[in-house]
Amino acid sequence: MEVGLFVPCYIDQFYPTVARATLKLLRRLGCTVHVPLNQACCGQPAANAGMAIASTAAERTFYKAFADMEIIVAPSASCVCHVRDHYSKANDMAARTMELCEFLVDVLRVNHLDAHYPYRVGLHEGCHGLRGLRLGASTELHVPAFNKVRQLLSMVGDLQLVTLERADECCGFGGTFAVSEAALSVKMGRDRLRDHQNSGAQVITSTDMSCLMHLWGLANRHGLPLEVRHVAEILNSTKP
Amino acid sequence: MSLPSPEIPLPVVDHAGAAARFVADEARTDWHDEALWHVRQKRDASSAVVPEWEELRELASKIKDHTLSRLDTYLIQFETSASANGIHVHWARDAEEHNQLVYSILDRHQARHLVKSKSMLTEECHLNPYLEERGIKVIDTDLGERIVQLAGKPPSHIVLPAIHVKKEEIGQLFHQNLGTAADESDPQRLTEAARQHLRGKFLEAEAALTGVNFAIASTGGIVVCTNEGNADLGVHLAPVHIASMGIEKILPEPHHLAVFLRLLARSATGQSITVYTSHFHRPRSGQEMHIVLVDNGRSKHLGRKHFRDALKCIRCGACINTCPVYRRSGGYSYGSTIPGPIGSILTPGVDLKKYSTLPFASTLCGSCGDVCPVKIDIPKQLYRWRQTVMDEGGTTLTKRLAITLIGNVMGRPRLYRLAGRTIRWLLRRLPQRIVYARGNIWGRTRDLPDAPRESFLDWFKKAS
Repeated sequence: MEVGLFVPCYIDQFYPTVARATLKLLRRLGCTVHVPLNQACCGQPAANAGMAIASTAAERTFYKAFADMEIIVAPSASCVCHVRDHYSKANDMAARTMELCEFLVDVLRVNHLDAHYPYRVGLHEGCHGLRGLRLGASTELHVPAFNKVRQLLSMVGDLQLVTLERADECCGFGGTFAVSEAALSVKMGRDRLRDHQNSGAQVITSTDMSCLMHLWGLANRHGLPLEVRHVAEILNSTKP
Repeated sequence: MSLPSPEIPLPVVDHAGAAARFVADEARTDWHDEALWHVRQKRDASSAVVPEWEELRELASKIKDHTLSRLDTYLIQFETSASANGIHVHWARDAEEHNQLVYSILDRHQARHLVKSKSMLTEECHLNPYLEERGIKVIDTDLGERIVQLAGKPPSHIVLPAIHVKKEEIGQLFHQNLGTAADESDPQRLTEAARQHLRGKFLEAEAALTGVNFAIASTGGIVVCTNEGNADLGVHLAPVHIASMGIEKILPEPHHLAVFLRLLARSATGQSITVYTSHFHRPRSGQEMHIVLVDNGRSKHLGRKHFRDALKCIRCGACINTCPVYRRSGGYSYGSTIPGPIGSILTPGVDLKKYSTLPFASTLCGSCGDVCPVKIDIPKQLYRWRQTVMDEGGTTLTKRLAITLIGNVMGRPRLYRLAGRTIRWLLRRLPQRIVYARGNIWGRTRDLPDAPRESFLDWFKKAS
């Protein structure tokens, strides 16, 4: 299957290993991956700051870069959520853009992975993945339980998923919120870290590196023994 | 629609500042967070046992859609039905008219003591100070409301007005005001003291004012939901009953209550139903009953296509209890009568500039929307209010220009790559004390990720 890979700006700039893991994983699963070099940011930061008008260049760029791709995959639920919810309905970018886990489960119908990750892992449910893209059932809703990210993580050898006290509480990143409401953002992040620590997690994973960037920034500042890994890195991990 | 908290200076609510002061006391923040999380968990448990929960939410949302689309018709039908039952129905354009109407009723009866049961609308209208200036003694009879009234503060939550006050602090307040023992903090004894104190107030009141949870257009009846029976005690003793209601409280038919009553208490406190669900249809013999229908900005809000849904709100407070921001910043940080997510989408409609920060006091995590019993898409409305705030001048020109610049750089491939390369280069080369200088708000409390030499796209270009 041919797919276009959209690499969110902060992953491109600060976490290239996450993008490489995504690329390798998609290739291992038999996809032909196109990476347009004329891509840029999805435009979410300006739009969430209340200026969707300042993100029109980003939307145009996205459309130009991915116009002839049938499916666009991105290792970020938050960016995909922005494309799906806020891009012009005039083109069908929204319907064609998918978050990585969603693509693996719904399109590739992956039911086996040659992945191996012998650690206790805490899943941080990124809010935009959970409640925006409905990658799983949130704890507020009374619908049959499902979770595409958990489903994939359960295929990883020797990975032990820990049980958190609050399964899907926000980490407090929230884009510009992390700076405009810094004190609150930090408090929320520290509360999440405490939950992961108390649950015995060694590694926190998520569909969104932005949440993990915030959580890692706090954990590292406080010298906490917690690592963060994007879900693509775990799904792409192999036995040494 | 606001009662500014004493700590918050006008004209613009500084949510971030108030939140920073709140979280500075970490132990208290954790206590506040846990108290509300406990209510959220009770809500989860009591709603999970209703197999058709999600269908009920959908139904409630649709009933409200329908009713709001014909609000004028149903209000007039309600007026006709209620009048036929012998209830005096009044219309108030705004808070001032509402307060004048209530005062004129009290004045006509030479009432000097008014007992009130829970009513966020009278908070919105600032009724208490209005009446007190005119010599009327107003007593809030809901325990939580009485506590904040004694403290001289507004409620910090629409269902749990004193959720931010610790029992020891209530003990002190009661010691000063009700004469309980100096170190009393036993909830049972404090509640008993409040009961005894309030009994006297109920007996001397010449009028009782209640809020309205639901009003039925076809019958002209109103429904008041309480847990303490204080609304009933007040109404049944006093010769005059005044009910103040926002015009959005209307439901077409009594059977619609079967949907809403099942949702309300479960969403609010995790009870299957409130202890008292009182239906008032007409004054008892010898009593006078008044209903004041209050607009106060609601019809204007109804005309805002994108924001209309906020009027579906049944004031259960579920979005407030689940909000990770509210739980850690407290009700007063919002500086509005209705705090939390629902307040943040209602109050900008009242005063866009003053409440311009509230749509940003959220991570857009979406929990509020998923918990809402009438399915208001609160996160979507928060996002839209952000656009409106920025469009209509609720910000500085500098901020607008900065976002425009960043948005345009980030959205253009060549500029974006150049900016990325430059920032990474600077982060690697500059000394730590400059990278982590005061202006770096992120860096004050969080480490920045390492800046790699090569971006993914640069690597891919070379590799392919």
